[in-house]
Amino acid sequence: MRDIAIVAYSQSPCVADAGAANEVELIMPQLQAVYAQVGIDNAQAVDFVCSGSCDYLQGAAFAFVAGVDALGAVPPIKESHVEMDAAWALYESVLKIRMGHADSALIYGFGKSSPGELPTVLSQRLDPYYLAPLWLDTVSLAALQARLLLEQGRVSERQMAEVVQRSRRNARANPLAQLAGDPSLDDLLAEEPFVAPLRRSDCAPVSDGAAAMIIATVEQARTWGVPYARLTGIDHRMENHNPCLRDLTRSTSTRQAAEALGVSDAPVDVAEIYAPFSHQEILLCEALGLGQETQVNPSGGVLAGNLMMASGLARVGEVFRRVVAGEARRGVAHATSGPCLQHNLVAIVEGA
Amino acid sequence: MAERAAVVGIGQTRYKSKRQDVSMAGLLREAVDRALADAGVSFDDIDAVIMGKAPDMFEGVVMPESYLADALGAVGKPMLRVHTAGSVGGSTAIVAASHVQSGSFRRVLAVTWEKQSESNAMWALSTPQPFAVHLNAGAGGYFAPIIREYMRRSGADPNTGIRVAVKDRRHGARNPLAHLQLPDITEQEVADSPMLWDPIRFLEACPSSDGACAMVIAAEDALSGDKPPAWIQGVAMRSEPTMYAGREEVNPQAGRDCAADVYAQAGIRDPRRELDCAEIYVPFSWYEPMWLENLGFADEGEGWKLTLSGATSLDEGGDIPWNCSGGVLSSNPIGASGMIRFAEAARQVRGDAGDHQVPGARKALGHAYGGGAQFFAMWVVGADRP
Repeated sequence: MRDIAIVAYSQSPCVADAGAANEVELIMPQLQAVYAQVGIDNAQAVDFVCSGSCDYLQGAAFAFVAGVDALGAVPPIKESHVEMDAAWALYESVLKIRMGHADSALIYGFGKSSPGELPTVLSQRLDPYYLAPLWLDTVSLAALQARLLLEQGRVSERQMAEVVQRSRRNARANPLAQLAGDPSLDDLLAEEPFVAPLRRSDCAPVSDGAAAMIIATVEQARTWGVPYARLTGIDHRMENHNPCLRDLTRSTSTRQAAEALGVSDAPVDVAEIYAPFSHQEILLCEALGLGQETQVNPSGGVLAGNLMMASGLARVGEVFRRVVAGEARRGVAHATSGPCLQHNLVAIVEGA
Repeated sequence: MAERAAVVGIGQTRYKSKRQDVSMAGLLREAVDRALADAGVSFDDIDAVIMGKAPDMFEGVVMPESYLADALGAVGKPMLRVHTAGSVGGSTAIVAASHVQSGSFRRVLAVTWEKQSESNAMWALSTPQPFAVHLNAGAGGYFAPIIREYMRRSGADPNTGIRVAVKDRRHGARNPLAHLQLPDITEQEVADSPMLWDPIRFLEACPSSDGACAMVIAAEDALSGDKPPAWIQGVAMRSEPTMYAGREEVNPQAGRDCAADVYAQAGIRDPRRELDCAEIYVPFSWYEPMWLENLGFADEGEGWKLTLSGATSLDEGGDIPWNCSGGVLSSNPIGASGMIRFAEAARQVRGDAGDHQVPGARKALGHAYGGGAQFFAMWVVGADRP
C-alpha cells in the first residue's frame, strides 16, 4: 500500500460570526494558503479534490456546490464530497491515492454555523421517529453523558475545569483560536451551570471558518520539494445511534480504531482530540490509551474554537504542523461525529 | 495498480411515490437484505458501509447515516456518507469500490436511497440564499432552456423527446421494480400531456419516487454468491462549476472528460460498438440524445437521429439499448437513481436482468449526473475479469 504524505495545511481563524462572508469567501483564503505552501497555482495541479460540509448549516441543499466555485474547476476536475467532517474527506482521498487513481489530493472543510442555532439544528440529526421529535439538542445530550461520568466518579468537575483551563492557556499561543486566556480553576468552577452539569466553558464555542490540506504520495511530496509528515494510519468506526443503546461513559469506537492502528505501539508525543465538551476529552484520552507523556490539544482544541465540518481535519492538520516543525515525532489526531461521540476517526502522523 | 473489484450482490426496493408502510430504515433494509442475500453473505461478512443520498432536506433528517447506522449493520465498522448532488448514487458506488480497489477492504456494502414523500423536493431545492439569485424553478425549469438550445443547434425532430418517453416507459414495463408501469403508453398520450417547462411535457419528466438500491462489492479473493460477478473495469468522476464564462451547458466538458477517462480504463475506443448496453441518467426525455452525443455514441448534433432509428430501444432490437430497466424516467428516488444505473448495468453483465435483459450482454456503462449537469460519475462493468 502506498505511503501517504501530508504536505500542506491551513485553517482560518475561528470567529463567532463571519458576518457577510459566504462559504466561498471562507474557503478561498485557505486554498490559496495550501497552494502557496506547495508552490502550485490552483486545484488543477492536484489529482483529486474532496470536501466535507453540511447543508443544514447553510440552510440550503447542495452547500458544497458553492464550494466548487472556489476551486477554479475549469477544465473539469476529479472531485467528491462527503456530508461529514472533512476528516472523512481525507479518508476518502487516502483510498483514492492507495488505489493508484491519484498521486495527490486537496481536502477542505467549511462551516458557517452562526446564522442558525447549532445545537438545535443538530437535534434534527437524531432518529427522526423516536428522538428528533423531542428536539434533544447536542448540549443537553452531552450534559447527560457528563452526568453519568460524574455520578460514576469517572471524572470530577474539577478535572473538567482543568481541561478547560489547559485549553484556554494553550490557545494563547494559537492566533486562530476564538477563546484564550488564563482562567483559574476557581473562576471556572464558580461559573453558573449552562445545561447542568455543563458550564458554558465546558462547551465548545460556535465558530465560522474553514480548513484545507494537501496530501500526496511520498514521491510527489519529494517532487514538490516541501517538508512533509507521513500519515501512517487512518481508521474510523461507528457506534449505535441511540444513546440508550451504548455505554456513554466509554468511547468504544475510538478504542477500536486506535487498537486497529496500533496507537499504543509507540510513544505518542502529541494528540489533537476533537472533544466538543470538556468531559469528552477525558474519556477520549482513555479510549486512545494516552499517558502522561502525551501533550494533549496544544492548539487549545475545539474548546478554543470549533469549525463544524472542518474541526476534525484541523486536528490532523495541527498534528502535522507540529511533526513537520520537529516539535513531535509521532502524533495522534482524532475526529468525532454524531451525538455523544457516535462515530470516531483516528489518524497517526509521523515524521518523514 | 488498483485491486480488482466486482459487484457480487444487488438489491433494490420496488419504486413508488409513497412508501408510507415503512420507515426510512425499513426502506433501506429491503434493498440491503436483498443485496446481502444475492451475494450470499450476512452483515458479519461486511467490512464497511458506504451510504449516499441527495440533500438531507429531501427528508428533513440531518446527516441521516447517524440514525441509520444500526439498521445498516455499521456498528463497529467504518461508515462513510457521500453527497455529490444527483450524481451521488454513482459516486457512492465509486467510493465504495475504492474501499476495495485500494486494497483496504475485502467486502463492502454500498447503499443509496431517497424517501421523497417525507418532504418536498421542490421546496428543498429552492430555499432562498443570501447574495444569490433565487431560482424557484426546480430541476425541470433549470434544464428546459438547455434542452431548447440543443434543439436549436441540432435541428432535432421535435418528436425525439416523445420517442424517448415512450421507449423508456415500455422498457420500464418489463421491470417489475419500476415505479411507472405504463406498458400501453402511446406517443399521442405523451404529446397530449401538459407542458410543464417548454419543451418538457409531464410524461417527458421523471416521477418522484421512494426507494433504495444496495450493492455488495468484493475483492477478487472475496467473491461470493451463485451468480457471476460484474467486474468493475473502470470508474471516473468529473466536476465543473455551475456557471462560468463560456461554459458549454448542452454538451458539458465534464461529461466528455469523464467518459473519455472511463473508456480509457476499460479499453473502449468505440462505445456504441464495444458496449452492449448502457444505463444513463435521463431524467428528462431530451437528455437521451444529448447524452448520446456527450458520451460519444453519436457525433455532435446526431444523437437524436440515433434515438429515432430505434438503436437505443430493446423493443425495436436496437444495437445499443439504453435504459432497459426503464431508467430515471420510470423510477426516480433521487439519491439512489445514479446507483440504480450502476446496479442495472451490473445486472445486465451478470445475465440477471430478467425481462429487460439484453441477450448476451458482457459490457455495460453506468452513468449519473447532477447539479446543473456539472457533476458526473460513470463506471464500466463487464462479465470478463479485467
